[in-house]
Amino acid sequence: MLQIDLWKRILILLTCLGGLWMAMPNLFYTSVEQHNDAAQAIELGADTPENQAQLAQWPEWMPSGLVNLGLDLRGGAHLLAEVKVRDVYEARMQAYWPEIRDALRPERATIGTVRLQPSPADEVHVRISQPEGMARALEVVRGLATPIPTLTGVGANDIEVRAEGDVIIVTLSDAEKLASDERTVQQSLEIIRRRIDEVGTREPTIQRQGTDRILIQVPGIGSAAELKEIIGTTAQLTFNPVVSRGSDGDAVPGIGNVILPSIDEPGAFYTLESAPVVTGEELVDAQPAFDQNGRPAVNFRFNTTGARKFGDYTAENIGSPFAIVLDNEVISAPTIQSHIPGGSGIITGQFTVEESTNLAVLLRAGALPAGLEFLEERTIGPELGQDSIDAGKIATIIAFVAVLVFMFLSYGLFGLFANVALIINIGLIFGLLSMIGGTLTLPGIAGIVLTVGMAVDANVLIFERIREELKTSKGPARAIELGYEKALSAILDANITTFITAVILFAMGSGPVRGFAITLGLGILTSVFTAIFVTRLLVVIWFERKRPKTIEV
Amino acid sequence: MRLRLVKQNTNFDFFSRWKLWLGISGLMMVIAFASFMIQGLNFGIDFRGGTTIRTESTQPVDIGVYRGAIDTLELGDISITEVFDPTFGPDQNVAMIRIQAQEGQEAVTPEVIRNVEAALNTVVSDIRFVSVESVGPKVSGELIQTAVIAVVLAIAAVLVYIWLRFEWQFAVGAVLALVHDVILTIGVFSELQIRFDLAIIAALLTIVGYSLNDTVVVFDRVRENLRKYKKKPLNEVLNISINETLSRTFMTSVTTLLALIALFVLGGDVIRGFVFAMIWGVIVGTYSSIFVASAVLLYLGVKRDWSKPDANAGNQYANIDA
Repeated sequence: MLQIDLWKRILILLTCLGGLWMAMPNLFYTSVEQHNDAAQAIELGADTPENQAQLAQWPEWMPSGLVNLGLDLRGGAHLLAEVKVRDVYEARMQAYWPEIRDALRPERATIGTVRLQPSPADEVHVRISQPEGMARALEVVRGLATPIPTLTGVGANDIEVRAEGDVIIVTLSDAEKLASDERTVQQSLEIIRRRIDEVGTREPTIQRQGTDRILIQVPGIGSAAELKEIIGTTAQLTFNPVVSRGSDGDAVPGIGNVILPSIDEPGAFYTLESAPVVTGEELVDAQPAFDQNGRPAVNFRFNTTGARKFGDYTAENIGSPFAIVLDNEVISAPTIQSHIPGGSGIITGQFTVEESTNLAVLLRAGALPAGLEFLEERTIGPELGQDSIDAGKIATIIAFVAVLVFMFLSYGLFGLFANVALIINIGLIFGLLSMIGGTLTLPGIAGIVLTVGMAVDANVLIFERIREELKTSKGPARAIELGYEKALSAILDANITTFITAVILFAMGSGPVRGFAITLGLGILTSVFTAIFVTRLLVVIWFERKRPKTIEV
Repeated sequence: MRLRLVKQNTNFDFFSRWKLWLGISGLMMVIAFASFMIQGLNFGIDFRGGTTIRTESTQPVDIGVYRGAIDTLELGDISITEVFDPTFGPDQNVAMIRIQAQEGQEAVTPEVIRNVEAALNTVVSDIRFVSVESVGPKVSGELIQTAVIAVVLAIAAVLVYIWLRFEWQFAVGAVLALVHDVILTIGVFSELQIRFDLAIIAALLTIVGYSLNDTVVVFDRVRENLRKYKKKPLNEVLNISINETLSRTFMTSVTTLLALIALFVLGGDVIRGFVFAMIWGVIVGTYSSIFVASAVLLYLGVKRDWSKPDANAGNQYANIDA
């Protein structure tokens, strides 16, 4: 009959209390926030009396997780970053050298040997040994150019080729530079968004400003430093063949080579071939892991072309070292022990767990095509005026009260039970959001109002069912039991279906869609829990005490 | 005395004109889609980008006053934020105003910017305009693309789940109702030219959730009654099921609408479009569970004879009670 085991009762009660405990800091928002900021400042070394006083505002043993309030409600940090679009020119031109070399090779009879000359960053200088063949050489190199579609210059090519004596000079055309800048900024924008998405639901605003700047706004003032760490790293990963290892950073590397410092061994420098075997662009996955010695490392997997290149290279170069390079520093330079097919591997180095996790995030989200320079770092006020925030607050409270009153009017005492469960439900949502560091915006709050509607639905289903069962006069206990039993399949099917959509939206969506999916998913979990377990417990406790002969629902 | 929205033991006939209802729903979808194709949506600054103006004044920034001054120009979507920096002096109050690009234009014209500056000058006498720059949209192409893929996959997953738990006819009915709701909501936004911003995407997703919830509850009762009344014709079983769940349908919709209407009336201009989308979605979602999802079910028919095993319909999961 209507029985719930004692241990289940205790478990339900503990879950509710635990959730409400986690949600509680949100009631004391300002003091907890000041406490958290002060704690962070002290950790960074700013141990001032003011910080100590603010730290004391909230006891250490209490939970201090808060729901972030979004940019619209609270404001936050504001970063203006400039994309160093010129970085890309250099990489583009470097990539042209092997192509030029291969194209000129068959023409050796007319132009002689071909040599790469030291060249400025965004040009390639190639010397040919037989200047008489220059006309033919220029023709061949110009053949490499690809036309680019532009509005103005019909027939513009991506490179310009000219000769100076016996040197061919290849530069990017102005039209290509413009197009390249456009692509670079656009790509940077997407990658910044992906990186921020990878580390949680912060609901940032990421916008292009002017031609080559990106405006990033995130809620919460304290998050600026953390954010800069995530988006400030370029995370260009390459695997380069090692030419030699030395201790002189200023040595002449030889043409086509570069000298890069090692991260772990101070004073050690590696001479590497500057053209990489494989790059981070060909990674499909990266996860933090541990190596055989239990030290933090990063596991990675290449896509098929990357895997083939990596496999071929390792097969041909067993016994020689290759370097794993991140942002122009050598992480490690292991010797190839055997052919590595399959395209997966592990990056070891002297990482902390946090560093390996961050590196995995950066590798997954992709490298920024160019470096970023932060021009401005400021804080901003809420996007909504105080009047709108106040209106939103009042409306939310009234909406909530209206639902409570309506439930009571419709179901009497049972409505009260449902209302208690509803309040617990809201508490649990806030508790969970605080735990995962979710962000709440005004639309998010309206979304919670809808969750309230859905949570009411489960109770309504049960109560309506009990009413129906009462009509067939089976006695109150039996009616309540049957009501719960028969309503269960509808509640579960309806909520599982919605939960599936929430999970898929979270897994596949990005940015605000993801944030929304989290609120929706958590709302479903808590509302099913409160409707099935909490109201039921309340009903059962009441029934056990009163033992009513008839009930009215 | 209890509040009853629906009197007990109703016996409305929902399916005497089910073809008409399906026809009306189909027609509304066509109209909504046509409106979307012809007029398009009124995308806000989130989608369109525009211009940002930075202002500086010795008086404290009051966002309400700034907004009031600019609103008279009817420029559509604007957003105003105050900017703080430790290096700013005490009488250096900086604000950032974003104005959306107007219909058919890439950026905001200099003329519009002059008007904005003039309007602000009348309310804040010493305001200076430090810089004017273009800003891109908040919503990137990738975001829209992943959102669409996610929604399509979610609908596909729902189709499979309902198919496993019920029958394929139920799955088709539920998904058609879902598509109906989303198209009608987008249609209302294009027809009334309500501003379509980032929050509306969240509203659309919420509607998807609500509509599914409502449809599955009705279907659950249909499944139960199909077993209970084995001899009754399908339209009668559907009618009984909907009448039995009518009280619940109204309770839930009215409770939700009550909350939403409170937000709509009192919540201020900024969320009005968003809340409107949800109100519309709840109404359409409730309607579609009965007149689209169930009507489709009636049209497709359901396998009724459970005594003979049938290789084509149902499967081992269909009979499990949750």
